[in-house]
Amino acid sequence: MNNKKGQKKIDIAPAKNGGSGFYSDVVKEHFFKPKNFMEDESGYKADGQGMVGSPACGDVMRVWIQVDDKSRRIKDLKWKTFGCASAIAATSMMSEMVTEKGGMTLEEARALRPQDITERLHGLPVRKIHCSVLGDKALRAAINDYYRKQGETDKVEVEAGRVIDKVLKITDQDIEEAVLDGAVTLEDVQRKTKVGTGDPSCIPEVEQLIRFYREKYFGAE
Amino acid sequence: MKVTKRQTSNVKRQEVYLDHAATTPVDGRVIKAMMPFFDTCYGNPSSLHAPGQKAHKAVTDARNSIAGLLNAHVDEMVFCSGGTESDNLAILGTVNMSKAELKRMYGKNAVPHVVTSAIEHPAVLEPLLKLEYRGEIELTQIKPGANGVVAAEDVFKAIKSNTVLVTIMLANNEIGTIQPIAEIGKLILKHRKVNGSIYPYFHTDACQAAGYLDLNVEKLHVDLLTLNGGKIYGPKGVGLLFVRRKTRIEPQVYGGGQERRLRSGTENVPGIAGLATALDIAQAKREKESERIAKLRDRLIKGLLKIEKSRLNGDAKNRLPNNVNVSFMDIEGEAAMLYLDAKGVYCSTGSACASTSLDPSHVILALGMSYEAAHGSMRLTLGKSTTKKDVDYVVTIMPGIVRRLREISPVSLDMKQF
Repeated sequence: MNNKKGQKKIDIAPAKNGGSGFYSDVVKEHFFKPKNFMEDESGYKADGQGMVGSPACGDVMRVWIQVDDKSRRIKDLKWKTFGCASAIAATSMMSEMVTEKGGMTLEEARALRPQDITERLHGLPVRKIHCSVLGDKALRAAINDYYRKQGETDKVEVEAGRVIDKVLKITDQDIEEAVLDGAVTLEDVQRKTKVGTGDPSCIPEVEQLIRFYREKYFGAE
Repeated sequence: MKVTKRQTSNVKRQEVYLDHAATTPVDGRVIKAMMPFFDTCYGNPSSLHAPGQKAHKAVTDARNSIAGLLNAHVDEMVFCSGGTESDNLAILGTVNMSKAELKRMYGKNAVPHVVTSAIEHPAVLEPLLKLEYRGEIELTQIKPGANGVVAAEDVFKAIKSNTVLVTIMLANNEIGTIQPIAEIGKLILKHRKVNGSIYPYFHTDACQAAGYLDLNVEKLHVDLLTLNGGKIYGPKGVGLLFVRRKTRIEPQVYGGGQERRLRSGTENVPGIAGLATALDIAQAKREKESERIAKLRDRLIKGLLKIEKSRLNGDAKNRLPNNVNVSFMDIEGEAAMLYLDAKGVYCSTGSACASTSLDPSHVILALGMSYEAAHGSMRLTLGKSTTKKDVDYVVTIMPGIVRRLREISPVSLDMKQF
């Protein structure tokens, strides 16, 4: 894994991102000219689809995929996003990453992480990281949906992690990743994952997990 | 659809600043009034030599001028670094000073009680929440009606024997709704008289109201009033707290004892001169400008509400003449704001994504609106430079932007939830 201590941090907007400060040019390009978004659902035959988030939380992402049955590569990916510039740009970038160069295999696509998308976007402002974390989740939900439709239920991976936030479908793994990414407090973790904003009842458990992972990776404080 | 696209792109780009509630440009006359105090008249007002006394006179002139505009006394003006500091001084100053008095009257476990509204500016809410968190005060937040106006009666009913401060803004910074300050002030005066108490003090944050509403402290019946420069075509970094005679507050900044010991620190002479000039200009043109701008506001509201699944946040009439706040369903405010930015229109949003916290606007939520509506809320605030042409430009380009964002949004909620 490349998110151990001392690795370069990719989740901070670079100082020089070409012009008017807040967002990188790549983010702006994808935000103003989103690639592969779903224009007409009715005429689209999807092999799998997934949706995560809720409008109350401020982000909803929906993903449709077409899969080549033989190669198990994603031929096409369409999406829709309710959210801010980061959320829209991140889903747009994800759609490119998944479908470029003949398309990712389902297993490659499954391994795609929010950090990979952020890196290709030339970084996001720190407080915007949380806006970009739902795209890959929606993608994994679509991949599961595909396997289910194929009757290959053994390949359906209910995120190996345990769901902590039932509303946003955030797992203990997400908390672990956030901690690995440098989150120290609950606020830090929320900034990255939004955990608990839809269902505050999970917050005590989240706090416990943060302590657990902090100790595991960074030693007792 | 292609036709519509072409129509939109044919509209000539304009630069339209519609974020005057965030801050205003500085008026040329204000800059001119400030200039001498940077280099030629640079003395420290506390110095007894000629340059110092010149600077001292400038501060005194400003004090006189503002006192006149507020119908207050010269010794009731406390200059500070801005609206936030002024609010903090009013709140912390009152609460800290009242502790001893309360303990004397109600025993050592007595805790001061503060009444405020749920739609205050963070400069008021945050210090209050901090005090409440530390157990130093008891706090009551009055909910406004669905129209964004707090009922004077609700505020009055919340007052208890240990209430030392009521703080309600004159006009709201997000939705522009005007609060019944004079009415609340009268009720508080009556309460104090009946109970023979000096408390509760009454504070109002008038930062957004300046330039549009009457700031006569005798008519408003307030003991403390906050103003700043950056919203009235004056400089940023300068503010004022009106402190009525006999209102006892504890200083929050200690040092050389300036501003009648209430706010130490060498006076920001250019800033103070600028604030006085800006306020003078703003209040002089107040009624005429309010009338002109209210027409533009209503034209903008009417134009924007033609977009389907939209609504106005806050009362349509009882609001500042320069404030428009609308929510567009199924889209997120920051995205819309940035699309407008690309087209030269500068405004702000109550969306969570535009805030430093993860929460959408507490003001929109306090109206009883859904999170969805708060995420899709946009604030456009007009100003001196705003013209009919500006308003029409925004009304022309907004439908295309909303349509575009709805095209890429997977959400399509029922208006009933709105």
